[in-house]
Amino acid sequence: MPPDHLLDDYVDPYDDPAARGHRHGPLRVGLGGPVGSGKTALAAALCRTLGAELDLAVVTNDIYTTEDADFLRRNAVLPDDRIEAVQTGCCPHTAIRDDITANLDAVELLESRHPGLELVLVESGGDNLTASFSYGLVDVQIFVVDVAGGDKVPRKGGPGVTASDLLVVNKTDLAPLVGADLDVMRRDAGAVRAGKPTLLISLREDPAATEVAGWVRQQLRSRAAQHA
Amino acid sequence: MTAALLTLADSRLPAGGHTHSGGVEQAIAAGIVHDPRSLEVFLRRRLTTAGSTAAGLAAAACRAAGRDEPRRASLARLDAEADARTPSPALRQASRQQGRGLVRVGRRAWPTAAWDDLPPHPHHPLALGVAAAAAGLGPADAAQAAAYLSITGSATAAQRLLAMDPITVATVTARLAAEVDAVGAGADQAAAGGPAPTDGEPGPAWLPAGTDPLLDLLAEVHADRDDRYFAS
Ligand SMILES: Nc1nc2c(ncn2[C@@H]2O[C@H](COP(=O)(O)OP(=O)(O)OP(=O)(O)O)[C@@H](O)[C@H]2O)c(=O)[nH]1
Ligand SMILES: [Mg+2]
Repeated sequence: MPPDHLLDDYVDPYDDPAARGHRHGPLRVGLGGPVGSGKTALAAALCRTLGAELDLAVVTNDIYTTEDADFLRRNAVLPDDRIEAVQTGCCPHTAIRDDITANLDAVELLESRHPGLELVLVESGGDNLTASFSYGLVDVQIFVVDVAGGDKVPRKGGPGVTASDLLVVNKTDLAPLVGADLDVMRRDAGAVRAGKPTLLISLREDPAATEVAGWVRQQLRSRAAQHA
Repeated sequence: MTAALLTLADSRLPAGGHTHSGGVEQAIAAGIVHDPRSLEVFLRRRLTTAGSTAAGLAAAACRAAGRDEPRRASLARLDAEADARTPSPALRQASRQQGRGLVRVGRRAWPTAAWDDLPPHPHHPLALGVAAAAAGLGPADAAQAAAYLSITGSATAAQRLLAMDPITVATVTARLAAEVDAVGAGADQAAAGGPAPTDGEPGPAWLPAGTDPLLDLLAEVHADRDDRYFAS
């Protein structure tokens, strides 16, 4: 082989220990989705349900400083020092996808403050159906849409709906009020998600987000198995 | 070489710059910036004060990073000089936040031992100087990049906040090009000059030290707001 094809002392410049899969430290779960779909409500539910069994923290991304962080504090789902708010400079999806620096700073701050951290939820600012997290920032991502947005949403697709690791269709309690057909939503989601899971839930009826919490536990288990 | 310089000055370099407005958010709130002309005035003010200071520090850091000894001590000294030239605590924090962001991407894009000799949250111009050296660029390039970056972030932020025509904003920055070059070149010269140094290094006293009390004040008022879009 010519010398430049010898790989003996080759250092892979893309081998990033911080990247998905081989990153150590807490599991980072992204919560994305359109404005008002229930991301903060879901984060609060997961904190309530998993807070007793896991060492966890939350990063919120608001347009202004602390709306969602304040909600979590007010509802006392977590101590103050486990919630960090990130400012996104008018561009919520840039901060979770194109330039994740501010969010990495927040996650790393929480990690250094709580060395035993097992789970970090990163809630994105409300955005559109194309918004998705960079896997440099999170390990898995949940995309939350809302029944009240219409039963067409899963059919419309977009990276959030098609590529997220878990699609949550929230507010099923509103289906009769807005004339949304949940079977259509379930079927359309199944058609575009290539076997990845979809959960139809109502945080109003199940404030513990039981099924989503179960999915997060499963992610933690499979990650632990990977690192074992 | 040119490609490396363009990469460093590219707003797409993921170093966290998009979350900072370089003071323009508060300048807009205060009614100081409201149209292309007032934006141009604001950017020129920034360029010739904070921009020139950053350019001098970046050039000096680039030179320090290129030498093996006493690199750590030189960079620590420059970091203190940056503090001394940044009276506003909010601006110090903004600079260190952006410095850390640049270190994160620079470390992997241009691996070199000099990164380890920077303090953990270095001022942004220092990280820029080290990145320039690591990318094979010289002090003059580091100064140019710093001068250019001192206006581009604010320009983009103003465009978003005032919903300005992006072509107008591009025109504003294009019209400042010669001044950006002059500030970069002047800062580089100042950083290279100074009396015969005792420890083989130009004295930091010769680095530009322009500050703008208005920018400092705006930054402090901005930091206290709870309805801001940008981190600074
Ligand atoms: N009826 C009903 N309302 C819900 C449900 N889940 C959340 N909500 C309500 O929907 C509203 C928006 O919820 P949030 O959790 O703030 O939504 P979000 O996605 O975090 O919103 P942004 O962060 O602003 O994008 C709140 O008033 C919630 O109480 C649900 O399952 N059913
Ligand atoms: Mg929210």
